Amino acid sequence: MKSQIEISDLYKIFGPNPETVLKQARAGMEKTGILEKTAHTVALSGINLKIEKGEIFVIMGLSGSGKSTLLRHFNRLIEPTHGRIFFNGTDIMSMSPAELNIFRKRRMSMIFQHFVLMPHRMVIDNVAFGLEIQKISRKICYEKARKWIEIVDLQEYERSYPAELSGGMQQRVGIARALCTNPDILLMDEAFSSLDPMIRSEMQNKLLTLHKQLGKTIIFITHDLEEALHLGHRIAILKDGQISQIGTPSEILFKPKDDYVRGFTKNVNRTRILPIRTIMRPVPLQLSGETIESALHHMQKAHVNHGYVVMDKKYQGIVSRKQLEKIPEEQRKNKALNVIETQNGPPTLDSSMTIDKALIPALRYNHDLPVMNLTDGQLYGIITREDIASLLDKKDWDTAPILP
Amino acid sequence: MFPDFGRYVQNFINENVNYIIFNFGDSFEAAANFLLIFLVGLERGLQAIPPWAIICLVGLLAYTAGRRITMALLLMSLMFLIGALGLWDQAIQTVAIILIAIMISVIIGLPTGILIARSSFFYTVITPFLDLMQTIPSFVYLLPVAMLFGLGKVPAILATVIYSTPPLVRLTSLGIRSVNAEIIEVARAFGSTPSQILRKVEIPLALPLIMQGLNQTIMMALSMVVVASMIGARGVGEIILLGLQRNDPGQGFLGGIVIVILAIIFDRISQSFGIRMQDYKRTSS
Ligand SMILES: Nc1ncnc2c1ncn2[C@@H]1O[C@H](COP(=O)(O)OP(=O)(O)OP(=O)(O)O)[C@@H](O)[C@H]1O
Ligand SMILES: [Mg+2]
Repeated sequence: MKSQIEISDLYKIFGPNPETVLKQARAGMEKTGILEKTAHTVALSGINLKIEKGEIFVIMGLSGSGKSTLLRHFNRLIEPTHGRIFFNGTDIMSMSPAELNIFRKRRMSMIFQHFVLMPHRMVIDNVAFGLEIQKISRKICYEKARKWIEIVDLQEYERSYPAELSGGMQQRVGIARALCTNPDILLMDEAFSSLDPMIRSEMQNKLLTLHKQLGKTIIFITHDLEEALHLGHRIAILKDGQISQIGTPSEILFKPKDDYVRGFTKNVNRTRILPIRTIMRPVPLQLSGETIESALHHMQKAHVNHGYVVMDKKYQGIVSRKQLEKIPEEQRKNKALNVIETQNGPPTLDSSMTIDKALIPALRYNHDLPVMNLTDGQLYGIITREDIASLLDKKDWDTAPILP
Repeated sequence: MFPDFGRYVQNFINENVNYIIFNFGDSFEAAANFLLIFLVGLERGLQAIPPWAIICLVGLLAYTAGRRITMALLLMSLMFLIGALGLWDQAIQTVAIILIAIMISVIIGLPTGILIARSSFFYTVITPFLDLMQTIPSFVYLLPVAMLFGLGKVPAILATVIYSTPPLVRLTSLGIRSVNAEIIEVARAFGSTPSQILRKVEIPLALPLIMQGLNQTIMMALSMVVVASMIGARGVGEIILLGLQRNDPGQGFLGGIVIVILAIIFDRISQSFGIRMQDYKRTSS
């Protein structure tokens, strides 16, 4: 099947004479060398990538690595020096100006780092801008714009001017404006970088919620790895206009291809980014509606001190060997396991929570922690204190326990 | 010591002006008549309105522009003063000429400003002409213009237009050039055509500067009324001119006062409109 977006062998060279410099770049000359010799900037060189429908694809790199330039090729705001860009199999480069405008109106919207709202337009007119350009009647424009203003929670500010809004509010207007044309793809150029940390994480979560509801493809630029790991299904790392590595968050974290990528991941607190499922192990001993005697028997046989009780496919709690052994022997045969004995167990963890949520329970309880699906109550597995420790210990980075 | 270029240039201009007058004089007069119809219509129209209605109109305009009642009242009393000084009719004639001149300035100035904002070629070609239009003494072109169109109001309007259009062109161009490039990029990213970008983004954002240009154009047009009256435009300028010729400084002074009053009225109203167009920049307090 075709990818939604495909870029092949893309080069972008800034300067008066890009064609001649292209040959040198293709011959493998370095970006800095070309800049010194020819005064041309090789902003992108030899980019190949595929982006699937519904994916959150993050592009990451240091300042000047070519992120914005790459993003502006997806809707051809910048013309490539060489290379091809496909959308659903159609070559964007072969479009006429009129076709390109239709493509920009319907298929892609952009969200900018500095919001760039139109200062002379009220919030609602900013949100409706994309539809207005399509010559859609004012009434329908406003109806749709209102719907999106409500979704981003700005109903009271519909008639305000951008200068009256805070940064976070302005960016919500930017998001509403982009979504109002119902595009297939959202292009976001450091959309959250100029927001302060609290609003930023709020906006990240809002974006993830919207993504779940709408299933749009999102191409997201950032220079912050934590943000990339939090949002991205896949991450492309750009260095000097070339792609160093494309991979899932855990591939980037645990299998960095080179020192450049490793440089990004070095100082990341991985427990705050990785979900618990990435270090989850199978349940060593699952107990269900049996007698205490047989439960103890199973524990002895499995050489464990704890068992995880599951009834009707729902996780009930933990029982310890000590706890069960306190019960007089004559009662063990007829008494079934019950939940009362597990009251003081650790809080339940969902497999999609980040690992840092497990740190305090892990310190407090002297056994492995159960991991479940909080929505249906199923027990998925456990995480061990040893695995958490090795994740926190930088020396153990390349030998992470289990990769999803 | 010097070669005698002056005479050649002089003869060259004379011959060409004569040639144009001889061959195209009629069409120029026809164009002049066309303009005259408008002007006379406007003048008659304004004169048909009773003075109290015009005074109220000024008050209303001032209030809608600035939303300040004191300003409106002040401008109304200044209008009243014009009548009290006995120069109401002349003031109306002057206003009619000024309004027509401003209209022509806008029709020419706006597109030219946009053009030189867009193309650096036209920018380099047209800018020297703007300098020329503003600095060359108006008598230099008044003579050939009067020869072409005859004496009267039309050459007066043309002279006024030549002198007063440049600031509008310059500030329109400046306004369009200073629109944030990122905003243009937004418009492009949403699929705007160049003309949509111009209409929906560039002109609205340049409007405060364009209004400033318009304000300057109006002021410069007013400063031309005395010169214009020398080639037959009637109105306040004529009063001043007569005062000078008859050695009647009192009359000259009266005319001067009326010009100043008109300037204040035009200035305040157009400035207030310009300021109100930037209301969106204020954060609500
Ligand atoms: N219009 C341009 N003309 C010339 N050079 C340019 C132009 N735009 C970008 N460049 C150069 O291309 C390279 C990539 O720039 P780009 O803006 O894509 O980087 P970036 O990764 O987005 O950086 P940042 O994080 O600072 O936004 C830089 O070296 C920059 O100087
Ligand atoms: Mg950038």
